[in-house]
Amino acid sequence: MEKIPFLLPEAARKPFALFLGILFGFLLQKGGVTRYEVIIGQLLLLDFTVLKVMLSAVLAGMLGIQVLLHLNLVALHPKHGSVGSSVIGGLIFGLGFGLLGYCPGTAAGAVGQGSLDALFGGVCGMLLGTAFYSGIYPRIEATVLRWGTFGEITLPEVLHAARWKVVIAVAAVIATALSAMSFLGL
Amino acid sequence: MEWLFLPRWPAVAVGTLIGLLECVTFLLLDKPIGCSTAFARTSGMIEKTLRGSATMEKAYYRLFPPVIDWEWMFVLGIPLGAFLSAVSSGTFRIEWVPSLWVGIFGPGIALRLTTALAGGFLAGLGARWAGGCTSGHGISGSLQLAVSSWLASAAFFAGGILSAILLFSLARG
Repeated sequence: MEKIPFLLPEAARKPFALFLGILFGFLLQKGGVTRYEVIIGQLLLLDFTVLKVMLSAVLAGMLGIQVLLHLNLVALHPKHGSVGSSVIGGLIFGLGFGLLGYCPGTAAGAVGQGSLDALFGGVCGMLLGTAFYSGIYPRIEATVLRWGTFGEITLPEVLHAARWKVVIAVAAVIATALSAMSFLGL
Repeated sequence: MEWLFLPRWPAVAVGTLIGLLECVTFLLLDKPIGCSTAFARTSGMIEKTLRGSATMEKAYYRLFPPVIDWEWMFVLGIPLGAFLSAVSSGTFRIEWVPSLWVGIFGPGIALRLTTALAGGFLAGLGARWAGGCTSGHGISGSLQLAVSSWLASAAFFAGGILSAILLFSLARG
């Protein structure tokens, strides 16, 4: 593995991660995405705040990471995927997301703003769901999770194009989508 | 500094700052931001307390040991940060049932908690099944242009839109 020049020493990582988590929670709450109304509004296609937050985060992060990658300051960590894992797991997650009205990160944030349904429903339910997953994991690991395996590939590899070109193309699509939402008053 | 205490910031400003936070995380921790693994580790810690060391034999906990790691600390920070934001902007309120829910399904706490518990169960299960959630796949994975993350994010919203529309049209009859 390549060396990450500014990687913090081991002892500093957990306190720093706590600090980053505080910033993240602060931002989620300021963005309104820790509110049940905002998340459900997105899933009912009435309020596009969630999509705007996510797309602008992907835009800024993607451009920033591309620069840092060019300077050899960071390494990528794309997740392994398969149709059985990403699509089936994603759909199960989505069904829960719509019933709960929070996702794991925003549920944690909602607890901080006093939303008790996010704590006693959301956090408790997610702990039960992850515990259940640890029980069924041995059974699905060699079957469902391997259906349609494609691994850790990224879009530039699929398209056989230079990474920076794909970054610019995706950035243009996201910028257009954000402008369109603003133009349509969403 | 008044802006610091506003109840809401523009969505694109918040998203852009989250994107910069990702850059800092990659630069200083060599990790993408994620949330759902911390839930799996926590349920492992609880199971270990209840069932003892047999828990550690489970294949899943050999992959994701039930210990406090950097991401667990990150997720611990989220409610603290949200608390600071909510209190300083005057939007902190203890609430059992969100107002939108009350307007449609009534003020009953049991119905809301049962639905949230079922939703949380599926969200926790699905996040681990897909190997990430709205932050790990939706933001961190998408910005790395990972195919797994773009597919999972599309599935998150497809499932979410389906269940929210079904739930709300069910209530409206």
